[in-house]
Amino acid sequence: MNHIPLWTLAAAGVLTSLPATADDDLKALREEIAQMKQAYEQRIAALESRLVQTEAKAGNAETSARQASVAASQKPASESAFNPAISLVLAGTYTRLSQDPNAYAIGGFAPTGGEVGPPRRSFGLGESELGIAANISPTLRGQMTLALAPEGGADVEEAFIQTLGLGQGATLKAGRFLSGIGYMNGQHAHTWDFADAPLAYKAMLGGQLKNDGAQLKWVAPTDLLVEVGAEAASGGAFPSTDRNQNGATLGALFAHVGGDAGVSNSWRAGLSLLGTSPRDRQYEDADSTGTTVSNAFSGRSRTWIADAIWKWAPNGNASERNLIVQGEYFRRKETGNMAYDVNADSVGPLAGSYASTQSGFYAQAIYQFMPHWRAGYRYDRLDSGNVSLGGTLSPADFPLLAAYRPKRNTVMVDYTPDEFTRWRLQLARDQSRPDVTDNQLWLQYVVSLGAHGAHSY
Amino acid sequence: MRIVILLLASLLALPAQAGLKIFATVPEWGALAKEIGGDKAEVFVATTGLQDPHHIQARPSLIARTRDADLVIATGAELEIGWLPLVQRESGNPRIQPGQAGYFEAARQVRMLEMPSRLDRADGDVHAGGNPHIQTDPRNFLLVGAALAARMAELAPADAQSYAANWKSFAERWRAALARWEKQAAPLRGLPIAVQHKAFPYLEDWLGLKEVATLEPKPGVEPSVAYLGKLLAQVAANPPKLVMRAAYQSPQAAEWFGREAKVPVVVVPFTVGGSDKAKDLFGLFDETVERLLAAMK
Repeated sequence: MNHIPLWTLAAAGVLTSLPATADDDLKALREEIAQMKQAYEQRIAALESRLVQTEAKAGNAETSARQASVAASQKPASESAFNPAISLVLAGTYTRLSQDPNAYAIGGFAPTGGEVGPPRRSFGLGESELGIAANISPTLRGQMTLALAPEGGADVEEAFIQTLGLGQGATLKAGRFLSGIGYMNGQHAHTWDFADAPLAYKAMLGGQLKNDGAQLKWVAPTDLLVEVGAEAASGGAFPSTDRNQNGATLGALFAHVGGDAGVSNSWRAGLSLLGTSPRDRQYEDADSTGTTVSNAFSGRSRTWIADAIWKWAPNGNASERNLIVQGEYFRRKETGNMAYDVNADSVGPLAGSYASTQSGFYAQAIYQFMPHWRAGYRYDRLDSGNVSLGGTLSPADFPLLAAYRPKRNTVMVDYTPDEFTRWRLQLARDQSRPDVTDNQLWLQYVVSLGAHGAHSY
Repeated sequence: MRIVILLLASLLALPAQAGLKIFATVPEWGALAKEIGGDKAEVFVATTGLQDPHHIQARPSLIARTRDADLVIATGAELEIGWLPLVQRESGNPRIQPGQAGYFEAARQVRMLEMPSRLDRADGDVHAGGNPHIQTDPRNFLLVGAALAARMAELAPADAQSYAANWKSFAERWRAALARWEKQAAPLRGLPIAVQHKAFPYLEDWLGLKEVATLEPKPGVEPSVAYLGKLLAQVAANPPKLVMRAAYQSPQAAEWFGREAKVPVVVVPFTVGGSDKAKDLFGLFDETVERLLAAMK
């Protein structure tokens, strides 16, 4: 390209040095120069277009090379290509509690034996959850979640097989799984919007109900979601007990209805029933003499749960702002017999009839006010009702069952910089215990590594 | 109990709908399925053009709609990984499970761009299968559409002729429109641009746009003002002529950058329904080309 200006400059120099008299010659020369200029411009244009073509070819070569590498990478490299999806959830907390977490109890309710109290004070490791899942065959899928406790040991949280569409909207699940009752029960704790479970879950289900059994679920062929399910399980954990008998000792039924209300709103409501007949369901209490005794309940236990959740996001685009409002109401009736001091630590065994109607609920709202930041409030309330003890039993020997209405107020703020990380600050004023207020502060992180699991609604 | 059984029986007895029942995850494939299916398909679209396709929830209505679907059309390449696998499992519908004829992934039909050479979430929200936003290149619709028409014919042989005829008609009109758009967009070739999210490699590939800056420091990570300032200094030598974002994205970052760099912000519809004019696939690209050209003036 540099040739032109040089050449024209030279030509101009020649022109200016010519005598003014040779007009015709000058004209001819000018024409000649114009022709040469044109020829050069054409050649330059041709060169430029060739350059563009070469560039494009280079680009093509690059993409075809990339395609080749894609084709190569899509071939299974080895046996490990069939490795299941592995995910790991890590969680840690820092807590400040104004009351001793080891003395935690929910007033008016028999202890469940589940891990329902706040975590230990100061720094603490939460449960690390290891999840492994894969399709087993065209019709079956398997999934296991191991909860690794900070003090050591692994607990099989879930391990089940599930059909991939039995057809007609039916799905069968077998193994150990989180029961489909209520709304939060079926979700892993790390996906909850607060650092701990609602009081109703703690008092009624000992945290979360896990079944060893089978679940059949059916989705109706309607545009509105209508889903019904039934579970049969061997029981074991609260509110059931191990019965060492053939046949199921715990049964659950649930129904969900859900849909959209316009583009911006969606909702789901449900009703569940959990029935079981525990035998010798033991718990410890301090009797009227101050001796720690073991008491045991045998009889029928029926729990009803009504749940509802409503989600809003402008235009249904939840990544900017969104609001989630949810609540669940529990009502449990237990009738049967109560045996006092079964191990004869104090006065010795006594028994009488037992009947209670206990209820509780929580209601919460979570608002995402800007991308990645959410704030939430939860209100918890339980009502122990009046336990009726018959025969020779004296209420003074059952102080834990004395009528009480526990309550708790909780606020939280969480920050989710990306899909795999969440930081949370939670403050609670917990009045689960009569005459005692526990002011709690939690700082928590929950992160997930590995396979990107899908989240339930 | 008797009432419940009666109710269930009446639900089961509902008359079957005519044609294929199609569930499309995003509006572009829904629109394409409507073009091919015509009145021989009933199309449900799970999301709208104003929703972030990376963050969709497994809403109850989606489970209800997949329960009876004959065909689920997804983008694939992990775009729907956060919700679709769950919806498929919960639906109790064996026909639309991965690997079955009733599950169709558009990304399998086209050449994928931005295949990551390493997979590490330190690089942000990268997709192992390549950039999933393939719908921003209209040429991809010819590839996806041909495969989709064949799949629909396979699932509903009785309507195969109708699908083939609709597809032929669409493909002809689409090729004509492609020639028109390419002619209109010729001045855009080589134009240096900035984008908010790495959502447009296919559009850039088609129109020959040169992406000189991405506002997000990593895919899916919101930029800070400090980062945008740094970026502004970096591109000073080779400044972009415009900054582009998709309709569903938050406007702040692009607006800040546009103001500071003194370049126009172009909001492209990104998919059908992303703007008033992008009512169908033709409108989508009419609008995209028009807005880009308008920004050059």
